[in-house]
Amino acid sequence: MKKHPLWKYLRQDSLPHFFCPGCGAAQVLNFFLKASDEIQLDYDQLVGIGGVGCAARIPVYLNAEALHGVHGRTLPWATGIKLHKPELKVVIFAGDGDASAIGGGHLIHACRRNLDVVMIVVNNLTFGMTGGQMAPTTPKNVKTATTPYGNREEPFDICKLAETAGATYVARWSTVKPKNAKDAIKEALNHKGFSLVEIITQCPTHFGRRALSTGSPVQCLEWIKNNSISAKKATTADPQALESKFILGTFVHKEKPVFKGSSVC
Amino acid sequence: MSKKENKIRSGTHFMLGNHAIVEGALAAGCDFFAGYPITPANEISQYMSERMPKTGGVFFQGEDELCSIYALSGASLAGAKAMTATASAGFNYMQEGIGYAVASEIPMVIVDVMRCRGENYATQSDVMQLRWGASGDHEHIVLAPSSVQELFDHTIRAFNLAEKYRTPVMVMSETTISLMREKLVIPKADDLDIVNRIKPQVPPELFVPFKAPEDQAPPLPSFGDGYRILHSLNPHDENGGIAWDPDVFEKLYYRITNKVQAHYDDIVRVKDFYLDDADIALVAYGSETRPARQAVRIAREKGIKAGVLKLDTIWPVPEKHLTELSKKVAKVLTVEMNIGKYSNEVDRVCGRFCEVGRVLKNRGEIHTTQEILHAIEEAVK
Repeated sequence: MKKHPLWKYLRQDSLPHFFCPGCGAAQVLNFFLKASDEIQLDYDQLVGIGGVGCAARIPVYLNAEALHGVHGRTLPWATGIKLHKPELKVVIFAGDGDASAIGGGHLIHACRRNLDVVMIVVNNLTFGMTGGQMAPTTPKNVKTATTPYGNREEPFDICKLAETAGATYVARWSTVKPKNAKDAIKEALNHKGFSLVEIITQCPTHFGRRALSTGSPVQCLEWIKNNSISAKKATTADPQALESKFILGTFVHKEKPVFKGSSVC
Repeated sequence: MSKKENKIRSGTHFMLGNHAIVEGALAAGCDFFAGYPITPANEISQYMSERMPKTGGVFFQGEDELCSIYALSGASLAGAKAMTATASAGFNYMQEGIGYAVASEIPMVIVDVMRCRGENYATQSDVMQLRWGASGDHEHIVLAPSSVQELFDHTIRAFNLAEKYRTPVMVMSETTISLMREKLVIPKADDLDIVNRIKPQVPPELFVPFKAPEDQAPPLPSFGDGYRILHSLNPHDENGGIAWDPDVFEKLYYRITNKVQAHYDDIVRVKDFYLDDADIALVAYGSETRPARQAVRIAREKGIKAGVLKLDTIWPVPEKHLTELSKKVAKVLTVEMNIGKYSNEVDRVCGRFCEVGRVLKNRGEIHTTQEILHAIEEAVK
């Protein structure tokens, strides 16, 4: 039987994967495999890092050096790896919790330092693994496991946060835009400096059922689609109409010296 | 302009304790340091920030202790000999990362310069935090230096043990000795005993990353060597695969703790002072061994047969040595600067064969010789 051309990049003894049917995280794995294949990334020199949560499992399936379970501390690990061995390619698969809640403090500093790593933020707008609780990215007013009367907090815009903190490549796409998402990952892999690619993903199991009253992956994708707007269109749109929208596109792409340590002589 | 400096500054020095830790680390081959400022450990990171880049290593100041401890893990798996230094309150935050390092068997050295809560006064109050601070099952190795020379020597030893057993090793320092200046002799490079981690002797396709005899750690390749290892905090089988299986869990944590327990003779070190004919023994560690030894000298002059067992390794508990001691003397007194934490361990081990007692001080000051002498005199009345 002929093997799929991307099969060689997978850690086969970790399969089958543990994602729910219709989960967007598995699509992100697919985007990454394609992007890395297109640039012929050397998996011997690749370190995939995942924290705790659904998206954190993605590197477990990569046939590369991999770390899993580093709850919110993906960037500190990455910092140690890159400072000691800068030739390695380090890619972090973070959920929105890893990126902006428990690991949020680390994110701003990694951006500020322009640490030369790729951070793919798989943003499903909720804490999926623990049962669909409110995340810092959960849209206002929606119901989650811990906001039964609607979310009273303002959500984070992770891309804006990264941009303001000094990241040198920042883009946002969604699982509705697979080609753009894959191309953004490719650009990030080719970029030298801190790259953040946020991908809005569907979580039919928790976010769908609690916030959108649907367990259907297709309806969740439609909801993402209907609430998305391109960065280009957003520049001329009414600011109020943009409030609860996912703005998709590339926000930052610039060169800056990368971080090599706090004391260099 | 960058100027290269020698990692090993052989010769005789008059040096600050915290600087001796740095020299010990560099002599052991440390090439990665990460830390977050905290008194009274600051001289370690400040001196590291000067020395490290000039000796070809990396100095990193994290945004907090969590970042620092995990940066160590990352650097260590990438092949570095990595160290951090902190003090009691900062050490709290690092426990999360230390637990991970145990589970994934990552060599690293952590220096804890103990201080009182909220103040930098003298204390030994972390003696239990050092042992039990991290979640999950672990068997920590903790060394207890008592002088500037020992800060240097024990730091080297900590690196050697960390590399050999693939586990975090802690150096328990104190305000008292870290901020003291004393004579330090740094040997010539050839006279230093330096241990490096064992790398796989087989190619990646034949290497089973977490397979080892039940009293050993497996060889550890570096990231980028082509072994493509999955490191997970979750229970993992010999291949590194995430597996929730009680047998896998039990076997993994048995090996992780047993690899330390089974090597008691290699890891545990104590020193005897006047114990040959002693009727009463003091058990002390760290800075408290200094007034304890002096008190015993004076007691001897007064005709009291007293001695000191100085614990250079406090974890694992030197049970064999303590048991042997308790069979020889009539009474054992534990001397420490806290509410009596390690005393519980000494009582547990020695209490079966002899009388036990405590000489405690918990007011930010080291015991005076007179205080300990008085306790000895009271005990033999």
